[in-house]
Amino acid sequence: MANDENVLIDNVTRGEYKYGFYTDIEMDTAPVGLSEDTIRFISAKKSEPQWLLDFRLKAYQHWLTLEEPDWAHLHHPPIKYQEIIYFAAPKKKELASLDEVDPDLLETFNKLGISLEEQKRLSGVAVDAVIDSVSVKTTFTKTLQKHGIIFSSFSEAVQNHPDLIKKYMASVVPYTDNYFAALNSAVFSDGSFCYIPKGVRCPVELSTYFRINAANTGQFERTLIVADEGSYVSYLEGCTAPMRDENQLHAAIVEIIALKDAEVKYSTVQNWYPGNSEGKGGVYNFVTKRGMCRGANSKISWTQVETGSAITWKYPSCILMGDNSVGEFYSVAVTNNYQQADTGSKMIHLGKNTKSTIISKGISAGHSNNSYRGLVRMSRRAENSRNFSQCDSLLLGDKCGAHTYPYIHNENKSSIIEHEATTSKISEDQLFYCLQRGISEENAIGLIVNGYAKEVLKKLPMEFAVEAQKLLTISLEGSVG
Amino acid sequence: METKTSHTALGQKMIQTFEDNEKLIFRNDSSTIVDRRKKAMEIFREQRFPDSKTENWRNTDISKALALDYNYYLEPGFQKHVDIDKMFQCDIPHLQTKMISQLNGWFISENGNLTKDVQGVIIGSLAGAKKNYSELVDAHYGLIADDIKSGFVALNNAFAEDGVFIYVPDNVEVKVPLQMVNIINHDENIFIQNHNLVIIGENSSLQLVQCDDSVDHQRSLINTVTEIFVGKNASLDHYKLQNKNDNSTLINSIFFDLKRDARLSTNAITLNGGLIRNENYVTLNGENCEANVMGVYLVDKAQHVDNQIFIDHAFPNCRSNELFKGIIDDSAHAVFNGRILVRKDAQHTNAYQTNKNILLTDKATVNTKPFLEIYADDVKCSHGATIGQIDENAMFYLKSRGIGEHNAKMLLMYAFAAEVINNIRIEPLKIRIDDMVKKRLRGELSICEQCVLHCSTMEKEIKFEIDLSKV
Repeated sequence: MANDENVLIDNVTRGEYKYGFYTDIEMDTAPVGLSEDTIRFISAKKSEPQWLLDFRLKAYQHWLTLEEPDWAHLHHPPIKYQEIIYFAAPKKKELASLDEVDPDLLETFNKLGISLEEQKRLSGVAVDAVIDSVSVKTTFTKTLQKHGIIFSSFSEAVQNHPDLIKKYMASVVPYTDNYFAALNSAVFSDGSFCYIPKGVRCPVELSTYFRINAANTGQFERTLIVADEGSYVSYLEGCTAPMRDENQLHAAIVEIIALKDAEVKYSTVQNWYPGNSEGKGGVYNFVTKRGMCRGANSKISWTQVETGSAITWKYPSCILMGDNSVGEFYSVAVTNNYQQADTGSKMIHLGKNTKSTIISKGISAGHSNNSYRGLVRMSRRAENSRNFSQCDSLLLGDKCGAHTYPYIHNENKSSIIEHEATTSKISEDQLFYCLQRGISEENAIGLIVNGYAKEVLKKLPMEFAVEAQKLLTISLEGSVG
Repeated sequence: METKTSHTALGQKMIQTFEDNEKLIFRNDSSTIVDRRKKAMEIFREQRFPDSKTENWRNTDISKALALDYNYYLEPGFQKHVDIDKMFQCDIPHLQTKMISQLNGWFISENGNLTKDVQGVIIGSLAGAKKNYSELVDAHYGLIADDIKSGFVALNNAFAEDGVFIYVPDNVEVKVPLQMVNIINHDENIFIQNHNLVIIGENSSLQLVQCDDSVDHQRSLINTVTEIFVGKNASLDHYKLQNKNDNSTLINSIFFDLKRDARLSTNAITLNGGLIRNENYVTLNGENCEANVMGVYLVDKAQHVDNQIFIDHAFPNCRSNELFKGIIDDSAHAVFNGRILVRKDAQHTNAYQTNKNILLTDKATVNTKPFLEIYADDVKCSHGATIGQIDENAMFYLKSRGIGEHNAKMLLMYAFAAEVINNIRIEPLKIRIDDMVKKRLRGELSICEQCVLHCSTMEKEIKFEIDLSKV
């Protein structure tokens, strides 16, 4: 049995990354390295207004005063910030319709299974595709306009809706927030912006697809979602990158603002290139995601499936400011080979009767390390608030690690916080049961892991759920602990 | 990465004191110990006292305690052979213990420095043991009290001259529980560092009760390090009773090292104290060990209690169980940080960790961090933490049966704490602590009265509001 296990675990290690191709597209790039000039270059390229350039420069000055955080359970060689290209954009012509999109680019998205045309016609999902930091094409704009929904690239929004951007940008994640947020604020290249007007229920699921393509580039995009009073939106995010030997840096910011009675559901399937089986290459994913339930009865729900990236450093959080607001976090994080993940959630309860739920499922295999790190904080004012957290870890193989670092803080007597966590390997009884019924070991493990993650997967919108399930099976089939 | 601030005034004073008085500090030491002290001092220079930036001190603010001016003594400031055993007698009824007393961190006994009984059990002062049993001390002193754990441990390793030394040879069952009492009685602010060393041989067993009490109301800063070696198949029952005055700061670091098949049960009962920080480091250093680490803390006023538990599963087939419960009243602050590390080859580990807290007011604060760090796959580990209030349904049940709100609350709080207290295996001690907890919960007692030492009043009969046997 032990030998079989090793063989099976080896099979997992050989699991291939199928999005690792590279498309030869003509690129516009900024000079290598980071300086005020780089920032001015980016800003000028995008013909940004002065206030935005000032914001970038302020963020850059602040970044210079910071040191890279080292508290996470992650180990990596120092990131050489001066060797990264901070801006890379496909050479752009004015595009009148989808037909004029660079065929290479379309091919890229077809390979990813994100056919802009298909999406447009069949699935009714509005896609904003971001390749190497620049939004390439936003589909479905017209349908959305009918409802007054603004869904565009961040740069376009800066030009077309400067008031909204000025009002909400950096209101949830200020540039002073952390090292990577400051870096992003200084050099962010593009991203998505979405505004749902009062009382509108967004009829389609909005989606952004991120892809790093060019070599030595970092991707720094910024997403801003504003849900006005009584509105609802479901937002999807996916990402891939080519296979490269060097590490690529991705430092994004996602800000969500939910006003009174609004609801935002944010789903991510993160599948950046995780590096090869020796741990070479892969994307360093340092992301700051935060939502603010600003109004009463608002709700923000994060769902994430994390299968990619050499390093994941990501804590989607909710600030529950409005009374009766609700925050949710559902996560499946899979690490294999030499991947490292330090991920979790923060729930900051400020308003009365606020509720939050954290369900985190970690699966580690190979030589990987998978950590859950989360904070639940109840302030004095957050009377009658409630949190329930559950973070389970599944270990497949004896060379990986699974860690849990919850931080729990309570300052009032009427709130209740519960946290529980377990760590174990796949139950031999369950495995035996499946085998006994003629299910092969590989399939049985796929089945058990999917069952284990089901609680989270069922929160994903249907299309993503299918993709996520496939991803899980690809990365884990046949592995026994 | 974190930028180090400069040494605090106290830190500088201690470095200076060390440089000026090396001869005096080293007077009892073998060359091995001198080397360890010097190394510890180097580490302290580097480490400094923890501050708010030190990760595992974030929730415990030690700066106020460190900012005070303390007297530090390199020699006992009183006549030895004070008959402290008679001055303070433990008033636990029917409990036969052997008292080992320290006054202001110095070992005192009328029987001289060291005693050795017929079974070969050696009990006495560490300073004495350094002279008479240097090979034992050299082989253990400072070995598991890792300097790099915190500036306090390093400073203690560098400075501590005295403390309690207990040696139990192989194959000895010590029948009478040993009780270590450290009493602080001084008319000025005082900084105390003592270092206890307990060595339990193979197949032996020991029950140890460690009491920290203060008699006066002066400000004190106590930095105690205790190293306990539990040999193969040996067992230790360890109890820690903490009743300090509200002006005291107690940093209590205990290091346990368990060899194969060893069993440990340790129970920390914190009833009062200005700022108490307990750091327990348990290393399961052989197969098939078992460690039960428990604690209960009942804090009120502006008290602060911080329990840091680190269990290191270094070998396979070991079991550990952590259970900490706390009731936090007024504007008190409780901190719990449990960390279970399961090393790569420590397969078949079972490790459990539970921390439950009841908050009674809106000014009280709880921070809890139950960490798991696991590198082996065939393990069963879990942790749970809750912060909440007294169960409304339980309250309703009791009230519906005619028990008044106040009594019902007391009863439930008592039941909450009893889960830990019921694990005390020395029966008279259990009864005594049980009583103390009940009195403490009713807030009836001043620090002096609830102290295990009846220094001010004679034992008096306690009247209970609820007769538990009738419920």
